Amino acid sequence: MTGADLFIVLIAMVGGAIRVSTPFMFVALGECLTEKSGRINLGHEGNLVLGAMVAYAGSYTTGSPWLGVLMAGCAGLVLGALHGWICKLPKVNDIAVGIAFMSFGTGLAFFFGKPYIQPSAPRLEAIPLGDWTGNSSIAQALQVNPLFFVGIALSVFLWWAFRNMRWGLILRMTGDSAASAKAMGVSVDMVRLLATAAGGFLAGVGGAFLSLYYPGSWNEGLSSGQGLMAVALVIFARWDPVRCVFAALLFGAAGAIGPSLQSIGISQGYYFFNAAPYILTLFIMIASARSKSAAREAPGELSIVK
Amino acid sequence: MTSMLSRRSLLKAGAAGLAASALPLGFARAQTPIVLGAVYVGPRDDFGWNQAHAVAMDILKQVPGVTVIEEEKVPETDAVAQSMESMINLDGANLVLATSFGYYNPFVVETAKKYPNVQFRHAAPLWNEATDPKNAGSYFCYLNQAHYVNGVAAGLSTTSNKIGFVAAKPIPSVLSNINSVLLGARSVNPAATVQVIFTGEWSMPVREAEAANALIDAGCDVITCHVDGPKVVVETAETRGVKSCGHNASQAPLAPKGFITGAEYKWETIYKIYADALAKGEALPNFIAGGYHNDMLRNSAFGAGASPEAVKAGEAAIEALKAGKPIYVGPLKDNTGKLVIEGSMDNYDPVLDGMNYLLEGVVGSIT
Repeated sequence: MTGADLFIVLIAMVGGAIRVSTPFMFVALGECLTEKSGRINLGHEGNLVLGAMVAYAGSYTTGSPWLGVLMAGCAGLVLGALHGWICKLPKVNDIAVGIAFMSFGTGLAFFFGKPYIQPSAPRLEAIPLGDWTGNSSIAQALQVNPLFFVGIALSVFLWWAFRNMRWGLILRMTGDSAASAKAMGVSVDMVRLLATAAGGFLAGVGGAFLSLYYPGSWNEGLSSGQGLMAVALVIFARWDPVRCVFAALLFGAAGAIGPSLQSIGISQGYYFFNAAPYILTLFIMIASARSKSAAREAPGELSIVK
Repeated sequence: MTSMLSRRSLLKAGAAGLAASALPLGFARAQTPIVLGAVYVGPRDDFGWNQAHAVAMDILKQVPGVTVIEEEKVPETDAVAQSMESMINLDGANLVLATSFGYYNPFVVETAKKYPNVQFRHAAPLWNEATDPKNAGSYFCYLNQAHYVNGVAAGLSTTSNKIGFVAAKPIPSVLSNINSVLLGARSVNPAATVQVIFTGEWSMPVREAEAANALIDAGCDVITCHVDGPKVVVETAETRGVKSCGHNASQAPLAPKGFITGAEYKWETIYKIYADALAKGEALPNFIAGGYHNDMLRNSAFGAGASPEAVKAGEAAIEALKAGKPIYVGPLKDNTGKLVIEGSMDNYDPVLDGMNYLLEGVVGSIT
C-alpha cells in the first residue's frame, strides 16, 4: 500500500464517518435519553424504519424535505410515547415491549410505504465544506448534511443538560433511583414517558437521514439493523451523549474500510473487512466494559442492571 | 402441525382421486383453472430482481383463466416450503414459481415430491434431470448477454476508461455479468477496465452507496451493479454526476442525466409459455434457458448518458447476440494470469455456468 493509497482509504474513512454516522448518532442519543430515565426501548429499529418512510413520504407529498424530517420525528414521537405508556402499565417488561415495537414500526412502515418506493422525493441538501481544497475526493468526503451538526450540538447540549439543568437532574434521578424520585414528588412514569417519547423523536429523525440523505431512497431493505446497533452503541458509550457521537463516528469510519480497500485494489478478504465495524465494537466493548467504573455509569433502574 | 398437514394432504389426495375417476381425463384438464403461485424473496417493487418477476406476473394476470397468487419477502428457509404448501392447499395452486436461488434445494425439491400433481418451476439453472422430481424444473435467462450490451455502451460513454461494478456475491452468474461488461467494453474500447467491489450481501443499501462512492473516488465514471435492488447504486451515481448502467429492471427514471442503458429480464416470455401449456393441458417444459436469441432479455431504452455512437454500437451488439454471436471468445486469461477459456464458447455452454474467475482487465478478487 503506497502513501497515495493510504490517503484514499483515510479520506474514505473520514467521509464514511460523516456520511454513515448520523443515523447511529440520533438513535443512540435517543436511546441514551430513554435509558437515562431508567427504561430501555429496544424498538428504535422500528422508529428508524418508520421515520425513514414517513420522511420520504412527507418530502414527496409536501415537496419540503425538512418538513419530512419533522414528520419523521413526530412519527417516532408517537411510537415512543406509546412504548412509554404501555410500559407504565403494571407488570409490563420494557424489553419485550421494545421488541414488539421493533416489528410494529417496521411493519407499519412497510404497509404504508408501498406507494412511495417508486417515486423520487426531494432530498436534503449537503453543505459543501471541502470545495476550497480543489480535490474532488476530499470535497466529496466533506459534503456534510446539516443533521450531522445538529446531532453533535444536541449531544453536547444533552451532556450539559444532564448535569446542569433541572429536568436533566430529574431524569437522571428517575433513572438511578425511582424511590428517591418518588420521595421528591416526581412522577416516575411521566418522566419516563416523556423521555421515551423524546428518544423516539430522535430515532425517527435518524431514519429521515437514511431515506432523505444517505443512501437517500426509501425501500424495505433500507435499514440494515442501524437501529439495533445504535442501542448497543449506547452501552458501548456508557450512557454518555458525547461518547455516543464518537462511537457513531468510529462505527461509520470502520464501515468504510471494506469498500475503500477494494477500491484501491486490496480486494482479498473483503468479507473480513466488511465485518470491521462489528469486530471493532466487540473488542472495544470487551476492553471498556471490564472496568468497575463501567458498571457504575449504568443507570441503576435499568432492568438489565437491576 | 405436522399431523394437520399430513391429514390435509391425505384429504387432498382422496379428492384428486375422486375427481380423476369421475371425469374423463382430457375434459378434467381442459376445465382446470390455472392458479399460479409466485413466491418472491424481497418486496415486489425493489427496482430489481423481484420487480422484474412481478412485472411479468402483472402481464399474466391479464390472461383469461389465469389467477395469480403472490407472496413477497419469503425467506430462503423452511418459510418458503410453508408458503408453497399453503398456496397449494388453501388456494389450489397448480403451478408454483419459486423465484429465488436459495429456494430450490431442499424446499422446492421436497415440496415437489410431496405434491406430484403440482408443477414447480424455479428461477435458476439448478434442475437435474437424473435426480430431481419430474414435476419440478428450472427456467433461467442469461442476463450476462444484456450486461455485454451495457459494456458496449459503457465502453463508448466513458472518458476515464474505468467502469465501476458494485457486486453482491461472487457466484457464477454475478461473475459472468462482470466479465461480460468487460468484454463488451473491450470490444469497442480496448483500454477499458472494470473495477469491482463486492458488498457480500444481496441487499445492503448503505454499503452499496459506500461502494459506489469508493468506485467513483477511484476514478470510475460509469457505474453499474449486480445487487437485488440497484436503486441506491444508480441514484448515488446520478448524484455524484457520473453515468450508470442498470440491472434487473429499468432504473432509467432514477437517473435522467446519466443513465446509459440497463440489463433487463423478460420473464413474461417464459411465463406465457407456461400459461399456454397449462391452458392446453400440455406438459410444461422442465428446463427453459433463454437469452437474446429467444426474446427473453431486453436492454432498457438508451438514456441521456449514452453517446450516439454508444447507442449505435449497443443496438448492433443486440442484433449480433440475437444471431448467436459468442461473448466468450478465447484465448482469455483471468486476472491472475491463468488461461481460462481457450476457444470460442457458445453463449449457453454449461461450462460457463460454473464460472469462478474474473477476467484480465477486471480489478478485484472473488475471495
